Amino acid sequence: MSNKPDHETETKPDRPRVLLVDDYPDAREMYTEYLEFSGFEVVEAENGMEALQRAVDAAPDIILMDLSLPVMDGWEATRRLKADSRTATIPVVALTGHALAGISEGAKKAGCDAFVTKPCLPEDLVKEIRRVLDSTANKKARRSGKYAKTIG
Amino acid sequence: MARLGVDGEPGLTDSAVRLRLLEALVSRADLAECAQAGLQWLHETLGIPRSLCLVRPVADPSLMVVGAYGVKGAASFSLSLDDWNNPLVTAIVERRPMFFAAPHSPADRKRRPATPFEDAPFHLQPLGLTGFSQEPFGALMLAADAPVRANLQWFSTVLGQKLDQILRQDALSEGDRRQGRERGLLYSIINAVSDPILLTDTEGRLLIANSRALMLFTATEEESEGRRSAVSMNNMLLSSALSSKAMEETGAARRELLLVNPIDGSDLVFELLSTITEDPRHGSGVVSILRNVTDLRRASEEIEENYRKMRMAEAQARAESDRLNLIIDSVADPIVVTDAAGATSLMNDPAERLFTIPRNASAIEQRWVQANDAHFSSFIAGMLVSADRRRVGEIGLLDARTGEPMPVEAIAGKILSDHGELTAVVTILHDRREALEKTRLYEQLKQASDELERKIQAATADIAQQNELLRRQAIELEQASALKSQFLANMSHEFRTPLNAMLGYTSMLLQGVAGPVDGPIKRQLSRIESNGRHLLTIINEILDISRIEAGRMPLQMSRFNVPELVGEVKAELEPIILRSKLSITVDVPKDMSPLWSDRQKVKQILLNLLSNALKFTHQGSVTVSARPNPRERVLELAVTDTGIGVALVDQEKIFEDFRQLDNTPTRPYGGTGLGLSICRRLAQMLDGRISVRSELGKGSTFSLILPTKGRK
Repeated sequence: MSNKPDHETETKPDRPRVLLVDDYPDAREMYTEYLEFSGFEVVEAENGMEALQRAVDAAPDIILMDLSLPVMDGWEATRRLKADSRTATIPVVALTGHALAGISEGAKKAGCDAFVTKPCLPEDLVKEIRRVLDSTANKKARRSGKYAKTIG
Repeated sequence: MARLGVDGEPGLTDSAVRLRLLEALVSRADLAECAQAGLQWLHETLGIPRSLCLVRPVADPSLMVVGAYGVKGAASFSLSLDDWNNPLVTAIVERRPMFFAAPHSPADRKRRPATPFEDAPFHLQPLGLTGFSQEPFGALMLAADAPVRANLQWFSTVLGQKLDQILRQDALSEGDRRQGRERGLLYSIINAVSDPILLTDTEGRLLIANSRALMLFTATEEESEGRRSAVSMNNMLLSSALSSKAMEETGAARRELLLVNPIDGSDLVFELLSTITEDPRHGSGVVSILRNVTDLRRASEEIEENYRKMRMAEAQARAESDRLNLIIDSVADPIVVTDAAGATSLMNDPAERLFTIPRNASAIEQRWVQANDAHFSSFIAGMLVSADRRRVGEIGLLDARTGEPMPVEAIAGKILSDHGELTAVVTILHDRREALEKTRLYEQLKQASDELERKIQAATADIAQQNELLRRQAIELEQASALKSQFLANMSHEFRTPLNAMLGYTSMLLQGVAGPVDGPIKRQLSRIESNGRHLLTIINEILDISRIEAGRMPLQMSRFNVPELVGEVKAELEPIILRSKLSITVDVPKDMSPLWSDRQKVKQILLNLLSNALKFTHQGSVTVSARPNPRERVLELAVTDTGIGVALVDQEKIFEDFRQLDNTPTRPYGGTGLGLSICRRLAQMLDGRISVRSELGKGSTFSLILPTKGRK
């Protein structure tokens, strides 16, 4: 991490916190590395059950949720997050290698705010995260009657 | 049945009653006994309680009592025939029955003659034969409340004759007495004869008649009008019969005489036998015997009728027999009638052809007929000895003309007389050849039909088996196809996960996340990235085909703006367009109506077609156009290029899976070879099609033709 000084110094106090849920370690590591490189704070979880716990503990700004997970899958975890008042407002971006029709539908039904198909290049994923965060911030701003600070 | 009791005397018939009296009189020869028997008969028959019988002995002028029934002190009573003042005497002399009622006054009593009946009423009946010229010789006195009529005339005649006969016998000499006895016997005999017998004088006057004749020819005035007129008619008929000329000529005649029965008026037919008798003392007379032939005549009439009927029946039978012969001859089956001895008595023509040797027959033909005869005879012999009334058998005869075997069915029946005697055997022979041939043909037909049916069944079973096999194969294929699609879908997912990491890290390296890269390393990393992307494209396209084939690519229909869509497509390919330096023209009417279809799939097809055009065109231009065709209700979206083109022979191949025309390992164009194959499948899903017009070296036009009629 020593070779990315610009991002760290610049955005450290306001680094949005991302909860990354994925059971494939290489993917988790890759996204974590790039997200931190891109100015995010990353909290990881390996399955749905762990994700629920981390979401409460770490109170992330956004959750990246792989759908095919052991112990508890992404759909179920998302449903539970959206059902819990502590986590209901956190946007969830579904992330899956399954491109078959019906998957995104199921994900939206479970409460996902966005849907990204793997393989997804790190920069594309970051673009999507920023888009969702902006959209959420705008909504919050509209609700609270003032403009929230734009992230990134 | 004629009754005598006019005043009611039921139960007594003429003959039975009279016969009793005749029997009683015939056996007696004593005057008193006869009189007594007569009076007793009167009592029994007519219920006369008291009666007297008086007769005048020969050469005596007074009547003496010879019999009394139920009257006391009558023996001394007598009547002098000279006492003309006595009404009794007058009545007797005049032969007139008379009734003396009980005196109703003393004066009346004085006028009444003294009798043993004293004041009791009585009936006086003179004795003697009516119509016979004889001296009065006796009388009956019967106690009665009213004049007695029934049977009395006949009784007084019969008893009178008997008593007269006895009196005369007493008076005659021994010889005369014998003669008298014989005469009495004769009377008895003629009276006993049931046929009427008469003796008449030459003038036809009745001299002697037996009781049957009396019944026919005599009647007293007291008898009914009908009876009297019947009697007079009978007398007339008899006289005319007797006076006929024929009788005079022959002296004896036998003729028919029709008389009337005076009792019931019915017709009686008699045969009249009359003979003239010469009597020197009394002159000639005629003896007539009438024989009742009423029944005979009826019988003879019946016989005649029967004879006539018989003749008719005979004629009928003959006609019947003729008809039967005609029928028998017209029957095609041989018929043989055999008598009880087994000899043939009748044959029809067909039978004759079998059993009779024709004229000019050859030796072999004769043998055929003889063989037939022998077979038939043996059958008949069997029939004759058996107890069966009917027998059916098969005889192996020969056709008498050709000598070929002729199996016949023989149906024989015995004809029995009314007494159960066998009179004939009738046999009908039925040629079985045709029936046997038919049976044989039927069997053949049946066999063929069975064979055919078996074959059809086998074929049907075979087809069913094949069908079942095909059905299973279809299921298996479907399952295999589904499995393949599922497998591919899973595979693509499994490919993606590592590819995701590879592409991710490559991208990060190129972005300098791990430090700046340049020179050959950057170039090599770029190769890794572009090949990784190509691999991703292949995986995505395989996934698309799998989804289409697995039926997991649903349509999402919407109405969208075509020019806008074309704009998006062009924008997405902008980097390639910029690199290619080709001139790109978009020829889409701005005001065209929106299209109802699956926007995503239309876009995918257009992207593919346009990127192909860009890939295979090195110089010139590429045009994207939209041509609505309202007449055919279609929209044609075309991509036209000036590229390398496709030869006509290859224009179909390019739509096959994994197909690029240049299949060499070092082919100059990238791509999976799945693009057009997917496009064609997607177009079909949208009820449209993809077509190509191209010439090698001169460019191509690929068109997507979509229906515009859909409005859902």
